[in-house]
Amino acid sequence: MEFLNSILIKPFQDMVAAPDFLLQVLWEGLVAGVLYALIALGFVLIYKSSRIFNFAQGIMVVFAALTLVGLHEKGVPALLAVPLTLVVMFLLAVAIERVVLRPLVNQPDIILFMATIGITLFLVGFGELIFGGENKVMITEQLGIPTGSLTFEPFGGFVSIEQKDLTAVIGAVVLVAVLLVFLNKSKMGRAIRALGDDHQAALSVGISLSTIWILVWFIAGIIALATGIVWGARAGVSFALEVIAYKALPVLMLGGLESVLGAIIGGLAIGILEKLFEIYWGQPLMGGNTETWFAFVFALIVLLFRPQGLFGERIIERV
Amino acid sequence: MLYRTASQFKTSYHADHALFPVRQDAWLLGIILIFAYAIIPMTASEFTFNALLIPVLIYALAALGLNILTGYAGQLSLGTGAFMGVGAYACFKIITAFPDLNIVVAIALSGFFSAAVGVAFGLPSLRIKGFYLAITTLAAQFFLVWLFEKWGWLYNYSSSGAIQVPNIEMFGIIVAGPNASSVTQYYFVLAVVTAVTWLAINITRGRIGRIWKSVRDMDIAAELVGINLMKAKLSAFAISSYIVGVAGALFVFLWRGAAEPNLFDIPLSFRVLFIAIIGGLGSILGNYLGAILIVALPVVLGTLPGMLGIPIQSATVEHLNVMIVGATIILFLIVEPHGLARFWQIIREKLIMWPFPH
Amino acid sequence: MNAQPEHTAIVAARDDGIAPGELLMDVRNVSLRFGGVKAITDISFNVRKGEIRAIIGPNGAGKTSMLNVINGFYTPQEGTITFRGVERRAMKPHHAVRQGIARTFQNVALFKGMSTLDNIMTGRSVKMNRGLGWQMLWHGPALREEIEHREKVEEIIDFLEIQHIRRTPVGKLPYGLQKRVELGRALAMEPSLLLLDEPMAGMNLEEKEDMSRFILDVNRQRGTTICLIEHDMGVVMDLSDRVVVLDYGKKIADGVPDEVKSNQQVIDAYLGVAH
Ligand SMILES: Nc1ncnc2c1ncn2[C@@H]1O[C@H](COP(=O)(O)OP(=O)(O)OP(=O)(O)O)[C@@H](O)[C@H]1O
Ligand SMILES: [Mg+2]
Repeated sequence: MEFLNSILIKPFQDMVAAPDFLLQVLWEGLVAGVLYALIALGFVLIYKSSRIFNFAQGIMVVFAALTLVGLHEKGVPALLAVPLTLVVMFLLAVAIERVVLRPLVNQPDIILFMATIGITLFLVGFGELIFGGENKVMITEQLGIPTGSLTFEPFGGFVSIEQKDLTAVIGAVVLVAVLLVFLNKSKMGRAIRALGDDHQAALSVGISLSTIWILVWFIAGIIALATGIVWGARAGVSFALEVIAYKALPVLMLGGLESVLGAIIGGLAIGILEKLFEIYWGQPLMGGNTETWFAFVFALIVLLFRPQGLFGERIIERV
Repeated sequence: MLYRTASQFKTSYHADHALFPVRQDAWLLGIILIFAYAIIPMTASEFTFNALLIPVLIYALAALGLNILTGYAGQLSLGTGAFMGVGAYACFKIITAFPDLNIVVAIALSGFFSAAVGVAFGLPSLRIKGFYLAITTLAAQFFLVWLFEKWGWLYNYSSSGAIQVPNIEMFGIIVAGPNASSVTQYYFVLAVVTAVTWLAINITRGRIGRIWKSVRDMDIAAELVGINLMKAKLSAFAISSYIVGVAGALFVFLWRGAAEPNLFDIPLSFRVLFIAIIGGLGSILGNYLGAILIVALPVVLGTLPGMLGIPIQSATVEHLNVMIVGATIILFLIVEPHGLARFWQIIREKLIMWPFPH
Repeated sequence: MNAQPEHTAIVAARDDGIAPGELLMDVRNVSLRFGGVKAITDISFNVRKGEIRAIIGPNGAGKTSMLNVINGFYTPQEGTITFRGVERRAMKPHHAVRQGIARTFQNVALFKGMSTLDNIMTGRSVKMNRGLGWQMLWHGPALREEIEHREKVEEIIDFLEIQHIRRTPVGKLPYGLQKRVELGRALAMEPSLLLLDEPMAGMNLEEKEDMSRFILDVNRQRGTTICLIEHDMGVVMDLSDRVVVLDYGKKIADGVPDEVKSNQQVIDAYLGVAH
């Protein structure tokens, strides 16, 4: 009885008792969720256009952030370091297309997936070799991101919102909006979307496959940089950030591998739920740190009921 | 003419079902076994045992376990490290609860725990397919490592949160723990690995192996020839996790001597996965070749520059190692997606033809 | 047992206790829908022991769907199937196999990474039952079982004349041979009803003749009942004892080849006359 109470009733009583704290928790979860969604988005783009389950998406976030900070450390002014990093991400996209994707075209999915694991390792080693393995601080202020915090007093309580988090959320919304417009309105964007359904159709638009791939990986690189800046501002820059790379996977599967909307909703849902779970169940009942696995177990449970994810298309098997 | 097969006709299906229908293969294996059991132990140094030989064997065994699941039955797993952990913690609990139990029995029993956990996390594979299934094993990976950390009972509430291997005797000889000699440990591991490998070869070449491969190649068709997918997949999870669990127990008890939860974290899972991929998915031999490559690479990288007189920091070596492993994986996938094992096959076929080109 | 020429001593059809000419399977009022698509509407027909029964019809008529219903891959919304006296609607495919239904597929569904021999051996999985313990040891009962089944499989390999590709991974074989291996896998299951989905699609004349010969031999020498889908009318009329014709998911004719050939509805369906 006591036990059931502590699982089923007490957490909700706590939530009602301190609504301002609940709001704070929700906000923290939302910010994390936005970042998960961003990573997942880069992933969905690549998957849609090339059927590649890109395990390296998360590491690209770290790599981009590391490059940015590393360049700054080497004396490049912050505002110049950003475009330079984008150049690096572009070169990376070209290199990946040339060296990895092109020779592996038409190989089974699993092989391509493994190749992206190879890319992941390579980037980790390469990044550390050049910029060193130690923890770095994101150049938040130099980039002109406000760092103070705003406070509110709802329900007679107290909620504090970091300005950089707010900037992150707004930035993410703008980024996603731009991306959606690009995908839906531009010729290139439509080619990318068509590619997922039918290679021939996409080619008939007159854009070569390699161009599209480079473009897609470059967009994924831009998203990675954006994610890297905001996440780095919260948690520092190091390959320990890899964990969030893994977090993108449950987000994706929850949303369905091909759905842009699914990636966004999946990201937000997991960000918020894992925070709530950690604060109201994990810490009081299970010794905390449940954020390491909650997303995975949650996605697993959802998949048991909808094997194709929340927004994925149902697969009817044929023979 | 080393590999002349022309005169070796099979007169019965019985002969065709021998482990090595071609005589030279049997000789080669014989030579390798003589090396492994007699020549190497006489010549190897302490460093070689601990940095190369023992880890190669243990990693090869873990990769063999994973290979059964991924290479034979086609179910991708990213959680091997955690399943090794289950084996290791189970072994620790068994040994500390029954100090008089023979360690071989303890290790064999601990495999059943990882097999059970493997089956539990394998259940979703009946509904979830392909990449979506990767999430299941990742859930296992992160959840189990968290559990190793939070569940004090597992490590007997030791203040460090780590498990420590006591001195364990078998027939009057110390085989595990701080006082065990490397040679003894090497022999112990070698014997276990030889036995498990032999059993695994038998399973994979018979009915069960065929069933797994058919599920891997086309699960719908497998179901339509009457294969019970549930049994096929769960048996692969069970046997794979059993072997992985045994490898995990050896990993801690016969090699590391102690373990903290994060030892079983995702980098370990990936290391084992790479060994299986580079060695060759769907091959037994490949696990050994892959393990040799992955284990030896950092050792070579660490000693080579010193020998050549190039000053290089150990951190740099570490980073280079990661980078090279990544590049090697990509290279392999491009050049030969079937891994080192396929290379050996090609060489072998050339030898059979040699010296006649056709 | 009567003496038979050696190469035809292929694995016998299972003895299902039904006399030749008696009802083996009865399909009653089966309807199958996918969402709004009506793949099959209220179809009834039967198959007699020992005959070659053809299902024909234009593309998309619902032929493959019908086979999928028969072997349990799809569950029809309405209707029943009585096989060897047992009536059912829903069942798992592997149960259908155990009851004695084997099939080949329109788009070859072989295990691409496995050799011809292994592919056909999987057809015998259901009949092999040595447990893990024996399998691990390999020697003794497991090996005896393996060899016993290997002998049966070798008979099939001889019968289908595919000895030379025994060890070749089937993914590397030309299409015509793949179809043959697939037939071999189905035969290895010793079915009492063999379903063949377009066994000759994409074959050249010579390959078609070989395949026809195999189908006839299986039927005549082993008494295996066969239900086949085929677009080549010449082949269908030559091989089959009775023909059922589907069009847009409905049955439009059923009878011996000559009857069906002269049926006006059938002629219209094939000529594409508007409904
Ligand atoms: N899994 C499925 N989901 C949705 N519709 C399906 C499915 N399987 C079959 N259909 C539809 O059912 C109808 C009948 O298909 P079926 O494959 O049975 O035809 P068929 O007679 O075998 O044709 P063909 O000669 O081209 O092989 C078609 O309209 C097809 O699109
Ligand atoms: Mg069809």
